[in-house]
Parts: sequence; C-alpha cells; structure tokens
Amino acid sequence: MTAQILALHEAAQIPAVDPSAATGVYTLLWLVIALPLAGAVILLLGGRATDRWGHLLGTALPIGSFVLSLVMFIDLLGRDSGNRQLSQHLYTWMQVGHLDVGMDLLYDPLSSLFLLLITGVGSLIHVYSIGYMEHDPRRRRFFAYLNLFVAAMLMLVLAENYLALFLGWEGVGLASYLLIGFWQWKPSAAAAAKKAFVLNRVGDIGMSLAIMLFFVTFGSTSFTVISASSGRASEGTLTALGLLLLLGACGKSAQVPLQAWLLDAMEGPTPVSALIHAATMVTAGVYLIVRSNFVFDLAPNAQTVVVVVAVVTLLWGAIIGCAKDDIKKVLAGSTMSQIGYMMLGAGLGVAGYAFAIFHLLMHGFFKADMFLGAGSVMHGMDDDVDMRHYGALRKAMPVTFLTFAMGYLAIIGFPGFSGFWSKDKIIETALNDNWVVGLCAIVGAGVTGFYMTRLMLLTFFTGKRWEKGLHPHESPKVMTIPLIVLAALSVLGGVLLLNDWIVDFLAPVVGTPPPEDAALPGIVVSLIVVLVVAAGVSLAWFLVGKRDVPRTAPQQVSPVVLAARNDLYGDAINDTLVVNPGRHTVAGLLAFDRYGVDGTLTGGPVAIGVVAGQLRRVQNGFVRSYALSLLGGVLLVVLALLAVNLA
Amino acid sequence: MTAFWFLAPIMVIAALGILFVRKAVHAALLLAVVMISLAVLYAALDAPFLFAVQIIVYTGAILMLFLFVLMLVGVDASDSVVETIRGQRLLAIVAGLLLGLVLVTGVGQISLGAGTGLTEANNGGNIQALASILFSRYVFAFETTSALLITAAVGAMVLAHRERLTPKPTQAGLAAQRMRDYAAKGTHPGPLPPPGVFARHNAVDTPALLPDGTASEASVSRVLAARGTVRSAPALADDIEEVQRQLGEAPHAGRTGAASAEEETL
Amino acid sequence: MSVTPYIVLSSILFTIGCVGVLTRRNAIVVFMCVELMLNASNLALVAFARQHGNLDGQVAAFFVMVVAAAEVVVGLAIIMTIFRTRRSASVDDASLLKY
Repeated sequence: MTAQILALHEAAQIPAVDPSAATGVYTLLWLVIALPLAGAVILLLGGRATDRWGHLLGTALPIGSFVLSLVMFIDLLGRDSGNRQLSQHLYTWMQVGHLDVGMDLLYDPLSSLFLLLITGVGSLIHVYSIGYMEHDPRRRRFFAYLNLFVAAMLMLVLAENYLALFLGWEGVGLASYLLIGFWQWKPSAAAAAKKAFVLNRVGDIGMSLAIMLFFVTFGSTSFTVISASSGRASEGTLTALGLLLLLGACGKSAQVPLQAWLLDAMEGPTPVSALIHAATMVTAGVYLIVRSNFVFDLAPNAQTVVVVVAVVTLLWGAIIGCAKDDIKKVLAGSTMSQIGYMMLGAGLGVAGYAFAIFHLLMHGFFKADMFLGAGSVMHGMDDDVDMRHYGALRKAMPVTFLTFAMGYLAIIGFPGFSGFWSKDKIIETALNDNWVVGLCAIVGAGVTGFYMTRLMLLTFFTGKRWEKGLHPHESPKVMTIPLIVLAALSVLGGVLLLNDWIVDFLAPVVGTPPPEDAALPGIVVSLIVVLVVAAGVSLAWFLVGKRDVPRTAPQQVSPVVLAARNDLYGDAINDTLVVNPGRHTVAGLLAFDRYGVDGTLTGGPVAIGVVAGQLRRVQNGFVRSYALSLLGGVLLVVLALLAVNLA
Repeated sequence: MTAFWFLAPIMVIAALGILFVRKAVHAALLLAVVMISLAVLYAALDAPFLFAVQIIVYTGAILMLFLFVLMLVGVDASDSVVETIRGQRLLAIVAGLLLGLVLVTGVGQISLGAGTGLTEANNGGNIQALASILFSRYVFAFETTSALLITAAVGAMVLAHRERLTPKPTQAGLAAQRMRDYAAKGTHPGPLPPPGVFARHNAVDTPALLPDGTASEASVSRVLAARGTVRSAPALADDIEEVQRQLGEAPHAGRTGAASAEEETL
Repeated sequence: MSVTPYIVLSSILFTIGCVGVLTRRNAIVVFMCVELMLNASNLALVAFARQHGNLDGQVAAFFVMVVAAAEVVVGLAIIMTIFRTRRSASVDDASLLKY
C-alpha cells in the first residue's frame, strides 16, 4: 500500500515544499501583513479622533502592501524556477510537548499571485469605498474592518503551516462577520452576519480536525514537513484529511452543502461583497485545496468528492442566479457557480491546479469589476437593488455600463477576454478526466451566459422602469477609476496563459501535469462552449430582452423558477436537517435539565416531604396507639429471638 | 398441682374480666381476685414468704391505694364502649393474640423436665434463706431500693400537695363572718341542732316540728318531699297527745287550735 | 414436676395485661393492667426459682414487688394531679404531643 503511494508520489511528481531562508527584500515579508494590521489597530483604537483621515490611512496601507508585493514578485521572477520558495521565521508561536509551531511565512509562486490579487484588488476597492461610503458616519470603522480583513487574508496565504493558516482563516471569518453586519441596526444584516459565521464554523470543524489529524499523523502542521513525508501516510488517513479540508473549504467558499450564507451576505455594503465575497475570502477554500495538493494527489477518493461537490455547486449557483431580481444576489449566485469551476479545476489534480488558480485570478478581476459596477448602479438608483426598477441605464451611466460590459463579456467567456481562456481550460481538463463532468461544466457555462445576459438586459437595456423623480447619474471619479482598472484587467488577464506561463510558474508548487492525450482538441472544445454560451445568450434575449419586463415579479411561475427564487430550498434543507433537530435537542436538554436534574434535586426533598407528611400522621398524640407500636416491636423482637434460636 | 389447675382458670377469667367490665371499681376487685390467687400459687411453689408479702403488700396496700384513688376520682366513672381511635381495638386484639400465641407455643416447645425443687434451698427455712441471700449478694440492690421507696414517698407527697391560694381563715374571722351573714340574710348564726332533737315521730315521712310549730323541711328526705308523700306532723299530733294521756302526762303545750278542735271531736 | 404450666399461665396473664393497656381508656384501669403484667412476670420468676432450685428468682420477685409499690404511689399521685386540673381521668385526653 505504501509502495503504491510512493510510486504515485513519484509518478505525479508532487513537489515538496522546501523553502530557503528569506533574504534581501523578502525579509520585509512580515511587513506586508503588518501594514494593514497596524491600520486596523490604529483606526479601531484611535476612535473618533481618526475619523477625518482614517479612510485615507486605511487606503494607503494596503497600497503600501501592494507595492511591497509587487517588488517581491518582480524579484521572484528574476530567480530561476528551482529557487522560488522562501520562508521567514518570525518567532516560535507554541512549543508544548511534541507540538512545535512557529510563526513562519512562506513566499512561493502560489502565494505571490495571491498577494498581488489581495493587495491589488483590495487597494482598488479601498479607493472605491472612499467614495461609496462617503455619507456613512462610521466610514472610519469600515476601513478598519477592511484593513483587518486584508491582514487576515494575507496571513492565510503567507502561512507556512496549517495553524498559522487557520489563524488567518478565522480572522477572515471574523472580518466577514463584522462587515456583513456593518449596518448593525438592520435585523436582516445582523441575521445574515450570524448565518455566515455559523456556517463558516461548521466548516471550521473540518479544518480543526484536519489540523489535529495532521499533527497526529505527521507530528507537525508545517507544509515543509508534511509535503516531504505525505507519501508515508496510509491512503485512508490521507482521504480523511482530504475530506476534512474539503469541509473547511466548503464553509469558506460557500460550496454545497454550506452555501446558504453567501446570498444573505449581500446585506453588507457593496465593497464588502466585492472584496470578500467575490475576489478573496471565498477563494480561500480553493487556495487551501491547491496548497494541500500533497494530500489530495495521494487520495483519489477525496479528489472525486471534490469534483462532485464542485459540479453540484456549479450548477446550483447558476440556477439560483437565473431567477433572482436583486442584482447583488445574481452576482452572488454567479460567484458560487464560478468558485464551483475553480473547485472543479482543483479537484482534477495536477492537471487542473494551475487552471483553477488562473480562473481564480481572472474571476477576482471581473467579479470585483461587476460588483463595484453594481454598487455604482445602486449609487445612482438611490440604493435600490431590484433590477425590475432599472432599465436603459447605459445612457445615464456610460462608464459604469462600459466597465460592467467588460466584466460581463469576461464571465460568459467571450473569445479573447480573460474568462474565455480560464474557463475553457478547466472545461478541457474536465472533459479529459470524465465526459459527464465536462458536460456539466459546459451546461453550466450556458446557464452562466443566460443569467448574465438577463442581468445586463434588465439593468442597461430594455425600457425605463425607474422610480418617479429619480435621475440616475454617473458615479464620481473615485468610484469609476477602480472600475476602469478592473475592466482593463478583465480584458487583458488572459495574457497570463501565453505559452502556458502560469502553468510553468506554478509548477514548483503544484507539479507539472504529465502530457496526456486530450479527448477532444482544444479548438473543438472552445467552439462547443462558445456555441452553448451563444444559445444561453439568445435564450435570454428572447425571454427577457424582447418582452416587456413587469415592474413587480410575476407570481405565476413554473416550479423551477419558484425553486430558484427560494435558493433551491437550501435554507429549507438546512432547517430540516440541522436547525430544527438542533432546536428540539436543545429543548429536550433544557427540559431534561429543568425537570430531570433540577427535578431530582428538588424533587427528592419534595418527595421526602410528601412521604414525611404522610408518616407524621402516625404521631396522633394518643398514648394507646404508641403503646400499640410498642407491642408490635415486642412481637418483632420475640419472633426474631425465636427464629434465631430455632434456626 | 390441684391448686394450680383450680386457680388458673379463675385467674384467666378474672383477668379477662378486667378487660371487659365497665366500672373501674369492678376491675379493681377482679384484680384483687387475681392477686390472691397468685399468692396461693406462690405458696404452692414453695415460696411462703412471698405468699404472705403478696397478700399484705400487693393486695392489702397497693390495691387499696388504687381503690382510694378511684374514690377520689369518681366511683361512678365508667368508660364508654365506643372506641375513639380507628383500628385500635382490632389491632390490639390481633397483636395480643399473636403475642400470646407466640409466647405460649414458644414456651410449650421447652421441655424443662422435673424441677430441682426448693427443698434444699429452703433448708433452714425459706425466710432465713432469703434473708441470707438478700443481705449478702443483693445488699446493694436492697439499699438502692430503699432509697427508691423514700424518693417515691416524698414524690407522691409533693405531687398530691395542694398549695393554699388564700390565707387560712382564723376562728375570730369565721365568727365575724357568721354575724355578718345573719345581719345580711338572716341565716342562723349558731350550729344547727343535732338530728332528732325536734322529731315528733320516728317515721321517715313525718317531719319534725320547730319550736314555733312549723314543720322543718330539713328533717325529711327531699325525695319524699318531691314525691309529695310527706305526712303532716300537726295532723298526727293527736296520736301523740293520746299516747301522752295514756301515759298520764299533760298534753303538750305546743298544740295548735286545729289540734284542740280534733281533740274535741274525739 | 415441671413448671411449664406456670410459665404458660404467666404468658397468658401478661398478654391479657398488654391488651388491657391498649384497650382501656380510664387511666387507673390502665395502671391496673400494668400491675397485672408485673404480677405475671413475678409468677414466672418464682416458678423458675423452683425449677432451678435457688432463691434468686424469689429475691427478684421481691424486688419487683417493692418497685411496683413505689411506682404505683407515684403514678397514682400523677393521675390525681392531672384529674384535679383537667377533671378527666381518660388517657385519650392527654393528646397534645401530636403532629
């Protein structure tokens, strides 16, 4: 068994994490995390005194981190590919018995890309928020939370061991909770924040158990140690590890079965939706799986489960997105679906890791672009999210329209745009692995085309359905400039695939896929995908574009639409399977505590009291009845004596 | 043994009688029967001293004490037959029967064999033998018992003592009170005449005549007065006069006019 | 001759005395039944003295008599005192020590 795994290890050429000590510019690695963290601390502890300039500091610090990341990235490119893993040991975090965990940071190709994504897109969103949150009195606090999020996310991707990763993992969960519930006075926002946190917690159980299992199996949680010796663990252990890590990833990335929180999370301000629930936090699950490739590659069963989860979520999110009238919820469903694509890529093993990361980066650009665009539309429509009140906004908000259109073309996979390259690569790899999976991915692409076109038509085309007295206008420059930058990235992102650059770049981390015969030539696959997407787009044109759009949602709809409007009954399933049994269990335990435990404690004395109340009637005060008891006692004694003597 | 078989049934019946009689005095008398029978049985068991002591001390002193107290409490006092405590009578009888049965069958299982008899122990006489044991081996118990007796006697005196709540009236005080009563209500200040002083007839239903010629109500039983069978004394005075004449005495000076009228018709 | 009949008689008298204590309500009659029980035990003592051939039983019976006398004296004094204050000689009337 072990020999087989070792052979698999060799065949798949799973690279080991083997960093050298950080020197030169990389010694500033800790500063990348420290800058936004300092921002969060200053803005939170400084209080109202920092209100006037808080947002500026909060934007400047992530920009500083971006500059550092860029410098380090350029330096990394200058090194040769065998020398691209560096680690920095900050201090010893825990040393208890055999557990020795250091606060170690790892900089390698995978984390370099993530660093650029997080700090780059993050800084753009910070700039955007200066304008978006201008009228909010708690803007300084908002920036503090955003900085906290950026610091935690950077910790997550820079960690060299699972415990430090978990520190960042929990940190982003906390920041997500704080930001979803930012408008605390809204009960719906508070409930959504709580829901997100609780569902994340369920995933965290998987993560915690995985860390414990890592420690038990390998004696350490460090990537270096585990990746070097992962071949020596049994396949059962590795499958278990894979499944537990998948559970954690499902919670963080809103995959089925822990997907119910993502649409509710749209209660938060739009920059939050853009940064956390599109570009970065929800992709942490994908990062985890790719980073743990030394576990998954040796546990094919776990990989199969990942693929199944990914395919289900891919279609789930797409179907939900088709029936929502809230523009942000459509985009959230789309996010769920696109992360399904990334998970699919990650689940396909060495062949797919690089494409999953590629799609992750592209998705970060175009989804953030579209979310910020939606925010811009809402800003112009007086914070209305219902698309049935939009219509014909392309003339009123031209910049927003053009940038949004770039993102739209990217996501549907219009040839040449970034999304076209990334999604097609994943579909190709899926077809090579299993034609059913590939077919589902193609169908998903078609549905994506449908709902995104529907969104575009309802918002920017079709007739005006605006509220009375509303004059939509373009957003200020501080909001449109990030839109333009992101739109440009959505268009040009495909350049990363030139000559399979990204595949080679990530090879030291995820390994090189062995050359395989493709099921279909790449060009054929792309053609099929384009045709399916075109079918989706035209269906949307016929169903939505050509007809009059009613201002209120029609009630008489088919069961499929009804199901999609209800998130495919995801909340109902959660309620039945978990919430209600949990409530009943708690009620039962409460009753047991009150009547069983307390009842025994108080009931014992009460019972004794009742018995005593009956027994005291023996004391009736009459001498003769006492004498009768005496006689009874005498009888007993005499009988006992007789019995003893006769026996 | 004949004494035993003769007396045993009597004793048992008398004891059962104590349970069933209503008047307390009857119960005391039945107890006396039991005790005297016991004395006889002691005599049959070669215990002459105890035979005497049983009669003198137990029956003569203790039982008499019972009777005195009964007299003080009320000789008429009788228990009602109805039992006030629920189930007491039934349970008492059941428990008693059970106890009796257990004891008798238990004792009946014992085969004691012929007893040693007290002929040897009573060699120098029963009393002398008792005395020699009493004052040698049991002398401490003897002395303690005497202390007990003294304590009991003193205790009884203390319990039965009635504390005087008012000062004892003196002779002068009593005399002054009699004068005051005479002045206020006219009650006779002196002692009443002894019985029979004013009697005219020795029949119970004939009242005596007071010096002023009226009949004294105190001289007949009030029961007869209530029945109305009291004869009139003056009406019978003629017989008395007649007898006196026959005896050669002068007629009584205290005769009334009605009597002289009667005498004239005679 | 065996003293078993005397012991049986003693048991019977004792039992009758017991039942009397439980059944009668007049305090003095109850006391009399107690005396009956004491006498029954005296009989047993004297009978066993004869059985075993020493006078210890008779001495014991003698002491019982003395103590019974002392007891009767004090007991009757108590009954009289209660009677003076409560005008009742029934044992059921002294029933305040109850629940």
